[in-house]
Amino acid sequence: MSRIIDKTAAELSADIREGRLTSVEVTTAFLDRIDAVDGTIKAFLHVDREGALATAREVDADIAAGKETFAFAGVPIAIKDVVVTKGLPTTAASKILEGWIPPYDATISERIKAARMPILGKTNMDEFAMGSSTEYSAFQKTLNPWDTGRIPGGSGGGSAAAVAAKMAPVAIGTDTGGSIRQPGAVTGTFGAKPTYGSNSRYGLIAFSSSLDTPGPVARNALDAAILHEIISGYDPRDSTSIDAPVPPVVRAARAGANGDLAGVKLGVVKEFAEGSDAAEPGVIAAYEAAVEQLVKLGAEIVEVSCPSFTYALPTYYLIAPSEASSNLARYDGVRYGLRTGDDGEHSLEEVMSLTREAGFGPEVKRRIILGTYALSAGYVDAFYGKAQLVRTLIKQDFEKAFEQVDAIISPTTPFIAFEFGERMDDPYQMYLADLYTIPTNLYGGPAVSVPVGLSEGMPVGLQVMGPVMGDDVAYRVAAAYESTQDALLADTAPEPEPEGK
Amino acid sequence: MTKLNDYDKAVETYEPVLGLETHIELDTNTKMFCGCSTVFGAEPNTQVCPVCLALPGALPVANRAAVEATIKIGLALNCHIAEWTRFARKNYFYPDMPKNFQTSQYEEPLCEEGYVDVVVEGREYRVEIERVHLEEDTGKTLHVGGATGRIHGATESLVDYNRAGIPLVEIVTKPVPGTGALAPEVARAYTAELRDIVRSLGVSDVRMEQGSLRCDVNLSLNLPGDGWGTRTETKNVNSLRSVERAVRYEVRRQSALLDAGERIFQETRHFQETTGETRAGRSKEEATDYRYFPEPDLAVMEPSRAWVEELRAGLPELPRKRRERLQASWSLGDKEMQSVVNADAVDLIESTVAAGATPSGAVKWWLGELSRRANENGDELGALQITPAQVAQLQGMVDDGRLNDKLARQVIDGVLAGEGDPADVAAKRGLEVVSDTGALEAAVEEAISANPAVADKIRGGTHAAAGVLIGAVMKATKGQADAGTVRQIILDKLS
Repeated sequence: MSRIIDKTAAELSADIREGRLTSVEVTTAFLDRIDAVDGTIKAFLHVDREGALATAREVDADIAAGKETFAFAGVPIAIKDVVVTKGLPTTAASKILEGWIPPYDATISERIKAARMPILGKTNMDEFAMGSSTEYSAFQKTLNPWDTGRIPGGSGGGSAAAVAAKMAPVAIGTDTGGSIRQPGAVTGTFGAKPTYGSNSRYGLIAFSSSLDTPGPVARNALDAAILHEIISGYDPRDSTSIDAPVPPVVRAARAGANGDLAGVKLGVVKEFAEGSDAAEPGVIAAYEAAVEQLVKLGAEIVEVSCPSFTYALPTYYLIAPSEASSNLARYDGVRYGLRTGDDGEHSLEEVMSLTREAGFGPEVKRRIILGTYALSAGYVDAFYGKAQLVRTLIKQDFEKAFEQVDAIISPTTPFIAFEFGERMDDPYQMYLADLYTIPTNLYGGPAVSVPVGLSEGMPVGLQVMGPVMGDDVAYRVAAAYESTQDALLADTAPEPEPEGK
Repeated sequence: MTKLNDYDKAVETYEPVLGLETHIELDTNTKMFCGCSTVFGAEPNTQVCPVCLALPGALPVANRAAVEATIKIGLALNCHIAEWTRFARKNYFYPDMPKNFQTSQYEEPLCEEGYVDVVVEGREYRVEIERVHLEEDTGKTLHVGGATGRIHGATESLVDYNRAGIPLVEIVTKPVPGTGALAPEVARAYTAELRDIVRSLGVSDVRMEQGSLRCDVNLSLNLPGDGWGTRTETKNVNSLRSVERAVRYEVRRQSALLDAGERIFQETRHFQETTGETRAGRSKEEATDYRYFPEPDLAVMEPSRAWVEELRAGLPELPRKRRERLQASWSLGDKEMQSVVNADAVDLIESTVAAGATPSGAVKWWLGELSRRANENGDELGALQITPAQVAQLQGMVDDGRLNDKLARQVIDGVLAGEGDPADVAAKRGLEVVSDTGALEAAVEEAISANPAVADKIRGGTHAAAGVLIGAVMKATKGQADAGTVRQIILDKLS
């Protein structure tokens, strides 16, 4: 491999620190790659060439002056447009926030800046992170670099496609029901949803407060683990933040790379295998081949029963929209963002209403209506209340399972990347994409998706779920799987065609 | 025109049931969920940040000082302090509420099940407290361009978010039956007691005129023996006197409707400070579904029992104890003390005594002349433009013989008119008693020579005749002489 953009973030970091490459060279290489292929892929909503190069020059100056630098200093990054970045447009891919320039930084943006990682730009997503294909972006469709007729997953399709197409070595995603892992699986990239509360949500544009979790997107476990440690840790500005040491995920990723899983018990969920919405045969085949590899490394496979997982999808589609209906109430045209109908002819209430009518897309409206209904008087106990009870049962299923096993494995998503428009007419078909990822969000535990092969020429992901604050176990198993492969799946992605072809 | 019954007739027929919801702004240094300042009166939108402006992505963090203050209030109101409590979102759209939901508490308030005892006309009433919970205030909307400053007819609406997010404690009573004709007085006494309790805790300045204590008054009427009637909720009741007036008005209004065989609608009404009326709000408000659910952005709170007991042990002397102590030290009878309390004069008298006046002097001024003036203007006693220190100075001048009561009242005129301290007013207006005995003696000599017959009578031992000469001297000195001194001089000269 000769090109800068083919290197992993860890390799680039070492090259920069040891003087083989400058951060400006590295950052420029990725910016040029964006120029070359993003006209086709459309992963970015905003590219900040000047800002990224300014950070790169600072890092290079420090290194030239012999100053100590830390992990990933000078390694560029892309950030999902749901994370607030001071001075850089942040829209959550919604018209209602078009043109809004945040006056403050999210905690993870601060941490990325403190780590001196040049920010390449903001990536596309489903509007307010609601969707599984990035087709619900108000601005553009992002194409899957493996097959530009197919979706890149969602909601974090932009970050996944940017990494898959080597426009960024690493990226930030957010995962509410699978929005890091599912795009990872369908683009052949590595995605991790950390333990809820271990990564600050301050400055993350809220979709569902009790589920949203920011996390890393990368090409392999080690890069993801290093980024994970950069952004993780207690934040007093987030009341749901966990005040405890970050699980040692980098150490776990390095340990896993030794390829030894002796004594590690991996659970497979009986109810996933039995479900009527079971995975496509090609996905199952790739998954089972991966399980065989894990067994060869010494892992023991144990069947666990999680009967409440059957209700995970409906539970999620009551809790997440309920919280969203309230979280999105602030977009009313009064203080920032879009304002529609302020022409002297309409009342304040009408302006608020017209703004929301014009500013929100169909899926966001669907979920606001769903959530408003689920919380309304007379229905709240039967819907939101019942969903909370089932959520408790799902947590208990996980807790019981983790008494027997160290981690739980499954396919990340039941099907490979589908074609554009394929699931737009039936929301339920779209929601099924997150069938295997949603239980972890309801539980609050960590999970990673690691690429394990192809089905019909498209990538398939293995999901590894750990207990709360046991992120390291998931990284160890994923890194062990990677050690069985000659090359990263991400490195075998086809070259995107330049724009205009 | 709204029909109103005579109040006395109304309470002969119907039994009122009261309920009070009181909002108190805490005077913490920072807001409920962010680090912004809470100082009153700053330039609009200067005390704001991403959190209290509800910028995308911002998250709340609960203010521990506000939680502590609420627990103190709960303890002072004899409440149980929750072992497990959390915030909830109250969802509704309003432009002065940045998130379009208010972070409040719903099913799990911080404090529950307390009581306050108040005494009205010698009888003690127990007002039971249902809950004390913590929430955040909204911003303020200013409607510009209309004739009335109200939204109707306005061309622009401006929002000031400085107040948005200031911690607010809501104290809700259980229904209070059994007050009969004294419902307005009980409502007032409860509000005053609550205010005094909160003030004694030092957690709020409880200034009704600045809106840091706001009341909603619930009232229903029923016939004796019947179940409770339908209640109305009157908002915007922002002084002790208004609490009393609002209750009285609703009793008169509702009884007239009931007499006419009409129904009372459960509705929100607004108190009109100028007319003393209550007016129906938009009936749309009745249909509001707040869609409460637990606030997922804030952690559950579990106040430790050790912390609660530490706060309980640290409570200051509460108003009732303090009143008992002051009553004893001022040597007042129960009735007299009750008058002081009812006139809302405890603090004023205490400060006046502290400034050097005798208790009886202080009581005399505040309950007498000053109460009369306040009533004339429809003001609270505390709203008069005279300070306890000025009253103490006034009483001192009387005690020294520099003022008599009549002159003192004229001095009060001057102080209330903003002419300065009593001594300044007396000097400027030339109101001091003439204590120059030389001048008085000359005036007496003049009076004697002008009234020789009267002088003879006095010389003959008829001392009562001195009144005529005193009158003459007072007239000559324009009332600025001390009558006792004049009398003494006359008797000295004529015996």
